[in-house]
Formats: sequence, C-alpha cells, structure tokens
Amino acid sequence: MIVSVASGKGGTGKTTIAVNLALALEDSVPVDFLDCDVEEPNAHLFLRPVLETSEPVTLPVPVVDESRCSGCGTCAEVCAFHAILSLGGRAITFPELCHGCGGCARFCPEGAISEAPRAIGVVETGWVSRAGAVADAAEAADAAAAAQAIRFVQGRVDIGTALAPPVVKAVRSKAVPANGVVIIDSPPGTSCPVVASVKGSDYCILVTEPTPFGLNDLTLAVDMVRELGVPFGVVINRAGLGDDKVAAYCRQESIPVLLEIPFDRRFAASYARGGQLVSDFPELGDSLRGLWRQIRAAAGPLPEEAETVR
Amino acid sequence: MKELLVISGKGGTGKTSIVGSFAVLADSKVLADCDVDAADLYLLLSPTVGATHEFRASKQAMLDPAKCVGAGQCSATAVCAEACRFEAVAFANATLAGSNASKGMSILGTGSAAGAGPPHTVPHIDSVSCEGCGVCARACPHGAISMEDVVSGHWFVSDTAYGPMVHARLGVAQENSGKLVAQVRREARSIAERQGFDHIITDGPPGIGCPVISSMSGVDLALIVTEPTVAGTHDMQRVVELARHFGVETAVCINKYDLDEAGAEQIEAYCRAEGVDVAGRIPFDEEVVTALVRGVPVVTRDGSHHAEGKAAQAIRRLWANIESELAS
Repeated sequence: MIVSVASGKGGTGKTTIAVNLALALEDSVPVDFLDCDVEEPNAHLFLRPVLETSEPVTLPVPVVDESRCSGCGTCAEVCAFHAILSLGGRAITFPELCHGCGGCARFCPEGAISEAPRAIGVVETGWVSRAGAVADAAEAADAAAAAQAIRFVQGRVDIGTALAPPVVKAVRSKAVPANGVVIIDSPPGTSCPVVASVKGSDYCILVTEPTPFGLNDLTLAVDMVRELGVPFGVVINRAGLGDDKVAAYCRQESIPVLLEIPFDRRFAASYARGGQLVSDFPELGDSLRGLWRQIRAAAGPLPEEAETVR
Repeated sequence: MKELLVISGKGGTGKTSIVGSFAVLADSKVLADCDVDAADLYLLLSPTVGATHEFRASKQAMLDPAKCVGAGQCSATAVCAEACRFEAVAFANATLAGSNASKGMSILGTGSAAGAGPPHTVPHIDSVSCEGCGVCARACPHGAISMEDVVSGHWFVSDTAYGPMVHARLGVAQENSGKLVAQVRREARSIAERQGFDHIITDGPPGIGCPVISSMSGVDLALIVTEPTVAGTHDMQRVVELARHFGVETAVCINKYDLDEAGAEQIEAYCRAEGVDVAGRIPFDEEVVTALVRGVPVVTRDGSHHAEGKAAQAIRRLWANIESELAS
C-alpha cells in the first residue's frame, strides 16, 4: 500500500507525520520510506538513515553531430521547450531547458542528433536502524537484517536545476510495495513535483494547520487529490493555535479528519532538534497507529490482497 | 527601483506574514505574490481584483478517437505510446505499456480492474502526465493527435490598501509555474516603472526548483526567512547556495528564534562564515497567528489593538535594515 503525505502549504508538518508514521508502524509492517521533496529533502534529518547506494538521475539531452547537421531547423521547430535553436545553419542546444522528450533526435531528418545523459540530481537508498540511532555501519547491517528496518530512499535535485519531477520519479521507482507500506513525503504546493509524488498512491494524508493560510492551501490540495482520484483524509497539526474553520470545511466537504495534534511547545522543541516525536512522546505513536487503521479501512482491499483472495 | 524577494527553502517559516508586514511598512511599492501554486498573500492584504488574465503557456495533446486506429492496427503498442516518455498515453483496459500504465489507469477511473474485460485499444491522453512536448502528435501516422492551448492558470492585477499587487493562481496539477512567476514579475516591474514606485516586494515560493529560480533572476536582494530547526537550517543552506549560483545577494532573517536559541546561534555562525548578513531575529509570538486569523498583517495599527507585540516590533526593525540594505 502506498500512502503519500502532502499539503498545499509548506511547514505544516508533512515530514513530521511521514517520519513518525513510519516509526510507529515499523514493528508491525515492513516500511519503505520515500522522501520525494527533492528540492529540500528533510526526512533524513529525523530518521538518520545509513545510506548505501547513490546513483545519478539523468535526463537524455540532445547532442548534435555537426558534420551531419544540414541546418534545416526541424529540431527547433519540434522542441516545445526552446531547448534547441537553429541559427546560421547550426543547431544550438540549451540542455538546462530540455525535458528529455526525445523529439529532436526522433525527427531529425539527417539522423544528426543523438542523446546523452545529463545529471540533474541523485537518488540514494539505505535503511534506518530500529532505535533510530546510527550504529557502526557493519554492526548496523546485521541489525537491519534481523530487525526488518525501514528502507529509506531520497532524491536530491542539483542546485540550480529546475527539473524536480524526473528526480521524484526516480525516487518512486525505488519503492518495493510488496506486502508492506510505502510512505511518501511530498513537497509542498500543488504543481508538477507534487503530482509526481502523489499520483498513483492508494491514499493521501493532507497535513494542514488551523489558520487562514492552512485552510486556503488545503482547499487547493483537496482539488489536486480529487483530480488525481486518490482517496484522502486530513491531519490538523498545531490544533488550538488558530481558528476552527479548517474543521468546519472538512465537515462541510465530508472529508475525514484523521487526527488532530495539539500545538505544544515541547513538540516544537523536539522537532527543532531533529527529534523523533514517537520516542519523546509515546502517546503520539498510538495516535498514528490509530490513523493507520483508519486509512486501511478507508482504502478498502488492496489490489495485491484481492489477488490473494481470488 | 529595487526588487526584494522573500524566500525560505522550507515552507511555513513565515515568508508571507513578513511580506504582508512589509506591505504596511514600505512607502512606495508594488507587491507580487510569486508563490503561484499556494498563493496566500491576498489573505492578509484583501485586494480588490482589478483585471484577470488567462495564462496560456502550454499545450496539451488531444486525441481524436475517430481517427485513431488503435494499438494492434497502428503498431503493437501504438506509436504514440511508444514515443511518449512521460507515461501520458494510457490504455483504459489493457496493460499494454506495462505496470506504469496500470498506475495511470486508476486516474482514468474506468472502473474495471486491470486485465478484466475486452482490451480497449484506443489510448487516452492523461492530461496530468502530459508535458506538452508534441512528440506523439508528430509521430502519429494517422493524424489523430493535435496539440491544443491550455489555460493553466490566471493572473491578476489588484489594488490593496497598501498599493498595487500582482498575483496569480496556477490551475490544479498544472505545469509551468516558472513561466507564470515570470509573468507576474514582468507585470509588477511594468507597473513599478510606469507609476514610479521605489520597490517591488515579492513573496516567493518554497523550495529551490523552477518557480524559485524564476522568482530570483535579477532581484536586488533575496531575504531568506528561516527558523532554528534542523530542517529550516538545512533548507536555508540550499537556498543560499542557489542564490550564489545565480549571483543574487542574500540576507537572512531568523523567525521564531527563541524556540531554540542554540539553533539560532548556529544559523548566525553559518551566516558569519558565509558572509551573509543576518538582518533580523523575530521571536515566537502568538499574536502573529492572531493577526493572521483576523486577516491583517501583524504590524497593522487599527486602533482596536493593545500595545504592539514583540514580533511586530522585530519586523519593524527588520524592514528598517532591509530598506537601508536596498538603498546601499
């Protein structure tokens, strides 16, 4: 089962919920944790994973063989992203604008364009040891095998690169849903990197705060998950700090409020230092396991379970 | 005319509350909200929308089922599906394009499970995944796909009690936020030049991606609002690097600094080491939330209010520092 954690507004507590849900579930179900906020990945600060692999994420960009280029300009006409221009009988490429669609190479009548990978970020995989503490690597590897640790995947887009979605997709491709749960920490907002993170998940948790900003951005996020056809519910973080309009909106729209976490300076202090709330405040672990049961009930039988029944 | 951008890397550190207050404090300015996929500044400034413009920057593939001969007839997997690199060509009732296509199917909501029922060989274009590259339209041997303009958002020129404001709204799950940001900035600059304003004050998006890069090019100063948390600090560092990459000068403001004074001290040490000016420190103050719930900037003096809180005072000092930095 794939559960994404998203929010229109940033800073409402997506990473807090995603990280602590993973920690609350690790005893009962295998967990894959994917940090898809590739512009600003933060989950590693709280889960402190041991990273084992790192691979570049690349995009195929055009390489022009000038000896074969006739300067016909087809490539420039094909490219919707202005990543290749035809000037003075030559094709000039702007790889930072290229989306990697392959159109120029495909339609060049001279066969003068090939594609070469351009690095735009990295995807890293590893795991989180049970106590959240990082032991000596070799010792920790044994512990991981024995203790069914959380698998951890994160992506990072290179600084100055505008293309987050391909890096998000690379992170998503590392998920192994099997019979466990995949928890996805999404970026804020409602545009392409968020869609790439949330699309195809079985359930989406929208985290908000009870303020006018929180409400406004929640309504945008609700429009997005409805567009994607993903079932969803809301977590109200810092409850008690603002007003009750978020709760009223959820009632009016028949959106389940899965959990309310009260505003508490002790939670804020634990978060500030990179603490794990479920260790510092075990009652939150119970609340998150309750949230998980609601999600399981709401998502209905999963494809792999239906398969087994048949 | 000087252009100030307020950004943060991490969301929710207080960008919009600070820009809302600057709107009150700055004398002569145009306001721009470049957080186009979650624009909130209007909630503090209550603009009267003067003009609404459609934003058309992208195209989308549209398939005419009458012209499409379908997979099998066309090629085993249909030329368009084979050509598309964005998994945007989906089949309703078959798994022709493998497991990724089956993910797309749930979006189409055709109701039947994978593999069940007769295969439906005419593909659909999944509008959410389509990036508008046009490769499918050009590749289709039967001319069944055309590229159509999409309205992917709107932008507005509005009046507020504090001056003109340009803002926008990206459509749900749309692309091209960077181009919409560029449109908002172009309009704000044109208003500032025509009407002789001294400042453009821009509320930026979170992150370091395409809309942030588009917000940043050519601004005079990027004020980075951070908070003393491990995440806030980490994200601030990535934004400082981004600004350096584009040659943009930065200053930092530590919001809610008293939630972890040791953490705030670490941020200051980082800024000293990197030669970044710390232009302000704002304490945690529930009055910021109270003002937000009332829908006004926290520095607003509207008579109904008791003595100004400590966050509002700190924001006044911050603006004084920023104003002199912009003037230098």
